[in-house]
Amino acid sequence: MSTTAVPDVAVAPVDEGFWTRTRKVGLVLLALGLLATVLFGALATGEQARFTLSEDAAGAALEVNGTVGAIVFGLITLAAGAAMLAGLPKRWFVPALAVGLVAFVLSFLCWQVSAAPTGQNFMPLVNIVRGTFLLALPLIFGSLAGVLCERSGVVNVAIEGQLLMGAFSGALFGSISGSVWVGLVAAAVGGSFISLLLAVFSIRYLVDQVVMGIVLNLLALGITGFLYERLMQTDAARYNSAPRFGNWEIPLLSDIPVLGPALFRGNIFLYLALVLVLVIHIALFRTRWGLRTRSVGEHPTAADTLGVKVLGLRYRNVILAGAVAGIGGASYTLALFSFTKNMIGGKGFIALAALIFGRWSPTGALLAALFFGFADQLATYLGAINSIIPGQFLAMLPYLATILAVAGLVGRVRAPAADGKPYIKG
Amino acid sequence: MTNSNPPAGSPDKEPASEEQAAQSTLGNTERAEAAATPTAPEQRPTLGRLFVENLWAANTFTVTLLSLVLAMVVGAVLMIISDPDVLATYAYFTARPADAINASWTLVSEAYANLFKGSVFDPGATTVNAALSPISETLTYTAPLVFTGLSVALAFRGGLFNIGAQGQAIMGVVLAALAGFLLPLPPGLHLLVAVLAGAIGGAIWGFIPGILKARTGAHEVINTIMLNYIAVYFLTWLIVQNGVQDPNRTDAISRPVDASAQLPRLFGDGLRAHAGIILAVLATWAVAWLLNRSTLGFELRAVGANPDASRTAGISVTRTYVLVMVFAGVLAGLGGSQMVLGTTAAALTPLVVAQIGFDGILVALLGRVKPWGVAMAALLFGALQAGGNRMQSYSGISLELVTVLQALIVIFIAAPALVKAIFQLRAARAARLQTSLAKGW
Repeated sequence: MSTTAVPDVAVAPVDEGFWTRTRKVGLVLLALGLLATVLFGALATGEQARFTLSEDAAGAALEVNGTVGAIVFGLITLAAGAAMLAGLPKRWFVPALAVGLVAFVLSFLCWQVSAAPTGQNFMPLVNIVRGTFLLALPLIFGSLAGVLCERSGVVNVAIEGQLLMGAFSGALFGSISGSVWVGLVAAAVGGSFISLLLAVFSIRYLVDQVVMGIVLNLLALGITGFLYERLMQTDAARYNSAPRFGNWEIPLLSDIPVLGPALFRGNIFLYLALVLVLVIHIALFRTRWGLRTRSVGEHPTAADTLGVKVLGLRYRNVILAGAVAGIGGASYTLALFSFTKNMIGGKGFIALAALIFGRWSPTGALLAALFFGFADQLATYLGAINSIIPGQFLAMLPYLATILAVAGLVGRVRAPAADGKPYIKG
Repeated sequence: MTNSNPPAGSPDKEPASEEQAAQSTLGNTERAEAAATPTAPEQRPTLGRLFVENLWAANTFTVTLLSLVLAMVVGAVLMIISDPDVLATYAYFTARPADAINASWTLVSEAYANLFKGSVFDPGATTVNAALSPISETLTYTAPLVFTGLSVALAFRGGLFNIGAQGQAIMGVVLAALAGFLLPLPPGLHLLVAVLAGAIGGAIWGFIPGILKARTGAHEVINTIMLNYIAVYFLTWLIVQNGVQDPNRTDAISRPVDASAQLPRLFGDGLRAHAGIILAVLATWAVAWLLNRSTLGFELRAVGANPDASRTAGISVTRTYVLVMVFAGVLAGLGGSQMVLGTTAAALTPLVVAQIGFDGILVALLGRVKPWGVAMAALLFGALQAGGNRMQSYSGISLELVTVLQALIVIFIAAPALVKAIFQLRAARAARLQTSLAKGW
């Protein structure tokens, strides 16, 4: 992480002796398991917790007695933690951690669902999965924009502004032209506009990239808010009633239980996001462009020596990133809602968190975005069943997880070496 | 650096006003006179010419002023393109250009006139209160910005980028408000306790990224961004809890702070200016003293300039980082606490601190991360905010334009090369215009 900037700061000591990373994490899991078994088990009721495979209470369901489920899943977490503490081989670390955490979540859900008001002891999985993806959409686009930027060495704190500008110009030009496709292109252009500013000022004028990102967020907030009040509020029919993309059903795939209705009856943005993750992943790690991008982000001087045009590549990637984020913003205004002031509301910063949590890789960013989307969706669900867990604390989860990640508590995250450092040829 | 100027013209001391600029020019002239008289008196430039030339050089003052002008030009363009009536006159621009120009001029000049009337002085004011009102409003908006600006600036000087002033201000306002309506204390003491509570709230929220940076190397930019949002969610959760929420209200608003914990007003009950601005001046002085006169300030600047060298010299970098962040948190917390202890609001709401933390970043940059510069920058931003309110209600120009102006000013001053290029300024004598903190994650 910042070891280049602050070499003196104690880098997390190399694990030595008994307390290896596996054991430390195992201890945490053990505590979580204990908590789940005892507390969740005690609080859960004897009601059946139903996880229905549909959008409502009807249809097939996975059922388990609330108390039994909470305790059993808690014990699984406990067992995973104990195994890690006992000295599990390193290659089993990730699977054991995953099993432990998933079981913990399930134990929590068993308690929550069984303790819900009578008649609501069910969790419609289709809704949850769909909501997770829906809420994760801007995060996926945003964090992909971050990947493109930061892999080539430009810090992108302006994701929020790019999303917002994309959402705004998508809504504005979509409404004026009456065409979703014009709106989509306009959204990409709008996002690129913000990132063009980021590129010019950070690459040409060497302004600090974090500073520029923060200022651009405010600029985007101001411009869109101003034009929203001046244009969209006065004449919403003309300027803020963009047509929307419908849902496209993919034959066969949409018949898969749970995943089918949730994933394969979505709109263009959902498919685009998944395709983009794949494309960017392959492009970044399997193509010449990807190799150059990564080398420019890690060691621009070396890349320059080999004939890579560092600044040109940075310009192109940053602008491309803006287009991706802009489309992400349009996933709101061209599919779900009409534009409102500050409608992104911090999603850009969660996308930044997802980027960091996903360790600057497209697939990692996707998983992190889905995790954050799930936390968000869970908060909505728990609110609907009058849970005693305040939604605000679930909403904090992405941010807390990111702090834990950068503090090195769940493995180290490392940014591209030249991320944020302007390159001066010479 | 070949710097032959007298101290007044050295890069460290920008002329804060035209008078000062003129003075430094005067100094130059005298020197030039002394040097030039024996050899070639006919080449001696006139005083006026030197003044103009120096004013047109890319010094900090000129760049700041021109950035303001540029921002206002962009703002004017935004106003024109968003006004359908004015825009309609451009449809026949070639036939009757006067129409378009007149309509645009009326729109823009009225808006900016209201911006001025709302923040500095309204020539139409008839009573003393009305005449003082713009200044009072400006000072009300300035006070918290001074604190958050100082918070960011102090951290900058210590080599840390405190994006968390927003979160620290939120924690400050939370604790200050809790102390303000939960503790039954006599006036005076109550205010003191509430202000202190605000400082503690900010300090805690500054300590976390500080200690994480010092112990694990986790980057403070990421952590402070995350802590900002955690603070927001904590605030929205807290407001609706029993004992905190206003029992007479169903929406998210807390009980009001007791009168005994309110900062006293400066110009009587009719005007909103409160003692917060005095605290702000004191805080500016204190931070200036801390930075320039104290041992801690020296260590802090040393660490900011070069952590390696500082460590070699025996300065504890980790301790400095933690202290810097705690101090930055204290300042931001104090700024936040004014949002309920002052006259802006008396109760917690989800948006009680508005944007003061993020604005603080802009203020710190605009003030060139120097305490008194920050205070001046906060004054400008406070004026823009106060004037923006009037512009919104009188000219119907959305307050958001102020955000645009503020962001643009900072973009331009952050890239002096751009301003120089646009206005064809002479090469900078003061070479320290670049805001260079680039360190990356």
